[in-house]
Amino acid sequence: MSIHYKPGKEPHPREHRLIFKNIDRADWDNGIDCYLRDGGYAMLQKAIGMEKAAITGEVKASGLRGRGGAGFPTGVKWGFISPTNTKPVYLICNADESEPGTFKDRYILHQDPHQLIEGMAIAALAVGAKVAYIYIREEFPHAATICEKAIEEARQRGFLGKNILGKEGFDLEIFVHRGAGAYICGEETGLIESLEGKRPYPRIKPPYFPAALGLYMCPTIVNNVESLCHVVHILRMGGAEYAKLGKPNNTGTRILCVSGDVQKPGYYEIQVGHLTMGEVINDLCGGLKPGRTLKAIIPGGSSSKILKAGETYKIKRGAEVVEMGLEELPMDFDTMAAAGTMAGSGGVIIMDDSRDIAWVLNNLNTFYAHESCGQCTPCREGSLWMKKISDRIVAGQASPEDVTTLESVAYQIDGKTICAFGEACSWPTEAIISKFRDELTSHTRPELADTPKNPVTEKAMASL
Amino acid sequence: MMIPPALEAKADEYIGHYPPDRKRSAVLPLLHLLQHEFRFISDEAVEWVAQKLGIAKIDVLGVVTFYPGFRQTAPGKYHVRVCRTLSCAMAGSHQLMESLCAEADIDRSHADHHHPIAVSADGTFSIEFAECLASCGSGPVCMVEDDFYEKVDPTVEGARSLLNSYRHR
Ligand SMILES: Cc1cc2nc3c(=O)[nH]c(=O)nc-3n(C[C@H](O)[C@H](O)[C@H](O)COP(=O)(O)O)c2cc1C
Ligand code: SF4
Ligand code: FES
Repeated sequence: MSIHYKPGKEPHPREHRLIFKNIDRADWDNGIDCYLRDGGYAMLQKAIGMEKAAITGEVKASGLRGRGGAGFPTGVKWGFISPTNTKPVYLICNADESEPGTFKDRYILHQDPHQLIEGMAIAALAVGAKVAYIYIREEFPHAATICEKAIEEARQRGFLGKNILGKEGFDLEIFVHRGAGAYICGEETGLIESLEGKRPYPRIKPPYFPAALGLYMCPTIVNNVESLCHVVHILRMGGAEYAKLGKPNNTGTRILCVSGDVQKPGYYEIQVGHLTMGEVINDLCGGLKPGRTLKAIIPGGSSSKILKAGETYKIKRGAEVVEMGLEELPMDFDTMAAAGTMAGSGGVIIMDDSRDIAWVLNNLNTFYAHESCGQCTPCREGSLWMKKISDRIVAGQASPEDVTTLESVAYQIDGKTICAFGEACSWPTEAIISKFRDELTSHTRPELADTPKNPVTEKAMASL
Repeated sequence: MMIPPALEAKADEYIGHYPPDRKRSAVLPLLHLLQHEFRFISDEAVEWVAQKLGIAKIDVLGVVTFYPGFRQTAPGKYHVRVCRTLSCAMAGSHQLMESLCAEADIDRSHADHHHPIAVSADGTFSIEFAECLASCGSGPVCMVEDDFYEKVDPTVEGARSLLNSYRHR
């Protein structure tokens, strides 16, 4: 069966579309009839004939690693639900999509909600959940309505509700829960607190691993939208066959979201590790803008450490270690980790030589200062402090020591906080300073060394 | 504050999405209903949600003040959110913000972390920066109420044609 896409929206020949097969299809809408015509919900039917453990077994065999950011093996996570558990089990789909640079879940939610619902129903069957929530960011109001409508359609056709597709005891209700504009609700324990109706203060792990003590202190599986969609394809292909896509330990496809200084930014679903960074830029994205050279890349969402053009990395290939330049790096989890950064959420931000790195750093610092939940002192104070210092650097009001102070503040956050936001806000700063120290320092003025920092302004006095 | 019966019915439906002893979970959905109806969250709205869910007012207020998605003062008739974060900033979102403010006659000089929203002199538009709206490949992006706009022309002319489509409703 050949699939037609809307003019100008055809996938690039080097893409391998599973999850995004239906995105931008010419003859496609997000209703259930369309999904069913295409063979939809057949994998739920298949799952119903399988043992619970066999479903998890297929997902384990597929090698699928979570697409939300941490890259944790999905099947292993599902296996954490204790077999002796007697409490209710919850499934949560993380549709908070808020890591800067990431824009993939949005398209699934708007254009292919039934793929997600089918994936969730299979996951719920495997982990024994009877209630599931889609936690969707507030800024996707239409997606929330679309998902609610899709859930209703699925219930009417017997794919949700009681005794699903005639299977005695397989009950599932899915509810949409809208967030309210806070990035920290993407962090799974912050999300859970938010869903409980509280401020989304992340919980400390251990002991609050969601699989043990999650929503309402019950075992809870939290998975990203894209991860849950992969489950449908794993059942269709079989775990072992799916694992042949991509590379060992980096299996399957994933959606790269490319933004910044390229000719054709956008979303591209590729086999993990089959394209290098250079191929992503030059083949998929049509290259840099005319006359520009590459300066730096943020490879996996704004929280991943920046990579600088001209750097070389020692990467293991089989038994040998090879030296590679930035553009030669294959885009997969293990290579990104070996290059000192992470594949994260798949958000690739490309910067060319027109970009001022101090301005980039300040933009990121501002994001994290705004989004810290404020629960731990190093993160609450440090994220604001970092923003204030880079405000000064950008304004030409900083002294060279400010760069050193900024670096030391970052290292005092990293590893000392309740949740991984601490790393998310300090890693970009640490990496940018270590790689672009001279450029940052060139914005500073030695004669400002003795000028008081943070002078008490009239505005601050007035608020005392 | 008059709660329309349809809103109350919807609120009861949302409460039913959570276990009976976990009604507090419905605080976000209820606040969304109220903000949608009344445009912002008033003290009375906080009180109503607290009573409805059987929790303390402070627990509702703590939620309202935490989330950037809730406002405690009235916005303009059409509320605009412009993405401020890196990819959109690289694509011109700061210019877009300036153009929108100029075109809508909005003074943002007093906006800060605690008062992010600025309202136009005539009350037609209000504006604030939002963090990454998850459409970084098609920046600069913005939202007007629930409508989403990509690759917005960041010039004054671009801002004018966007705002005009609301002015003439
Ligand atoms: C600060 C922070 C923000 C996060 N934001 C998101 C997000 O927006 N979406 C998401 O799926 N995961 C996000 N995560 C990761 C989640 O905590 C969690 O690991 C993920 O949802 C698990 O799903 P997966 O295993 O399918 O990837 C975030 C993590 C942190 C620390
Ligand atoms: S690290 Fe930051 S975001 Fe995470 S719990 Fe602590 S203060 Fe909150
Ligand atoms: S940076 Fe604007 S949508 Fe992501």
